[in-house]
Amino acid sequence: MIIADKNTKAVGLVRAALDKAKEYEDYHCFISMNEARALDRAREIDERIAKGEKVGRLAGVPYAIKDNYLSPEGVTTAASRMLDNFPSPITATAVAKLEAEGAIMIGRANLDSYAHGSSTENSYFGPTLNARDKERVAGGSSGGSAAAVALGIVPFALGSDTGGSIRQPASYNGVWGMKPTYGTVSRYGVVAMASSLDTMGCIANNAEDVDLIMSIIAGKDPKDSTTLDDFWTRELEDAKPKKKTIGIIKDFLKDGVDPEVSKTVLSYANKMKKAGYEVEEISMPIMKYGLAIYYIIQPAEVASNLSRYDGIRYGHRAAEITDLDSIYGKTRDEGFMPENKRRIMVGNFVLSSGFFDAYYLKAQKARTLLINAYNEAFEKYDALLCAVAPAPAFKLGEKTDDPLQMYMEDMMSVLANLAGLPAVAIPAGESESGLPIGVQLIGPRKSDQVLLNIAKNVEENA
Amino acid sequence: MAITRKDVLHLAELSNLRLSEDQIEPLIKDLDNIVGYISQLDELDTDGVEPTYQCFDMQNVWREDVIEEFEANREDLLNLTVESEDHQIKVPKVL
Repeated sequence: MIIADKNTKAVGLVRAALDKAKEYEDYHCFISMNEARALDRAREIDERIAKGEKVGRLAGVPYAIKDNYLSPEGVTTAASRMLDNFPSPITATAVAKLEAEGAIMIGRANLDSYAHGSSTENSYFGPTLNARDKERVAGGSSGGSAAAVALGIVPFALGSDTGGSIRQPASYNGVWGMKPTYGTVSRYGVVAMASSLDTMGCIANNAEDVDLIMSIIAGKDPKDSTTLDDFWTRELEDAKPKKKTIGIIKDFLKDGVDPEVSKTVLSYANKMKKAGYEVEEISMPIMKYGLAIYYIIQPAEVASNLSRYDGIRYGHRAAEITDLDSIYGKTRDEGFMPENKRRIMVGNFVLSSGFFDAYYLKAQKARTLLINAYNEAFEKYDALLCAVAPAPAFKLGEKTDDPLQMYMEDMMSVLANLAGLPAVAIPAGESESGLPIGVQLIGPRKSDQVLLNIAKNVEENA
Repeated sequence: MAITRKDVLHLAELSNLRLSEDQIEPLIKDLDNIVGYISQLDELDTDGVEPTYQCFDMQNVWREDVIEEFEANREDLLNLTVESEDHQIKVPKVL
């Protein structure tokens, strides 16, 4: 990552990023650009550097935010019609922290509407294309963020990960994606999706950059009472694993996983062995229920969080209606995408009387079993290894008619969210046709830096 | 269980979604598939297992009840609504 100094001007860095964004406009990484304001800030930072002032650890570094982060420049749409004219009155804590270190937001990246999806095809503004193959999806929901980094427009981008939304697009585009321990980064100022699962993280090009960005945005925030005391405080090389043992989740090497993907996981495991780790297979039968648990808990929380969009206080309001009930009903019908509606309705189904015990409560109990299985595994292993997604990026339109097929994308990524664990997506290889394949390392809570340390070590020593 | 047209209409009402007729049929199929899939949790024995509502043993987080400056002012917030009058948000007649 290039930081501005006396010789490297922030204006140059920002202008280069904006030019690249224009060059790759057809990939549709961005919903809106922040050009004028970004250049103003770059000039200001250059002036401060010239005066010899301290300008921060990310001086002049251009970056993108997923368009569900609130920030007063332009509008925060969450890729929805509901918020397509929502000028945010507040700034997300993560954005404020980056800007305070001199980073410069150049644009708002595309996503699935309200972060509901695994391909960015659910965006009200149209899909983002895969950085390697324009006929394929960028993944989702942080598809714009991942493609923008993979295309070299920005060195990093913010994303949000509720069930894989940072890691899966990172994996599809061949870049790094960090989903931190639940509570690491403040959720203040980010459009809420499923509150017990939502985590804020970043997409970047290597372990060091991820570590630097996360160390800046992590930490306690009085505006989000679920945030943990800042634990992202070590130098990366000091965050060594204690046992040097890794478990490969065996249940995810066959059923429903593309052989090319399994091959990549095993070859990464071999690299780990070469780098001095003890690697063995572990069977975790509860894992295959993760997706069902997730698609009960997540829609339930989505239904609750999205009930606030009523057309009254902010956002879209259906026109020419004179009674209150119709305003609610029509506004929500017009403002939400089909996938938003499905999730809200499934959520209200599992929460409704008569089904609550059989679905919602059952899922909460199963969630406990899943967490127990992880705790047991971490007694023996520093981290668990599996693929991020069951196959490389699929073709645009391939799964849009079958929501359940789209959900299957998330089968391995939702698990870390259900247990609140950190997981890092690492580019690990390519399919025969040249599509990137990513693996993920999942560790005990607050072991985020250890995971990055392992990944960096494997890269350097294998 | 199979999702029927009646279920979809009921869920739409619970969800405050006024759906057009053309959305109903696809939703019956999609919701039926999804509910069919998540029903596989029936296979799991969860007797005597405590439910998890959040991932951490978090307690209530207390703070002093002091007034803090908010980054947005009243005008900023009122400007977000479609209609306001005398510093209040205007809605259609309720009663």
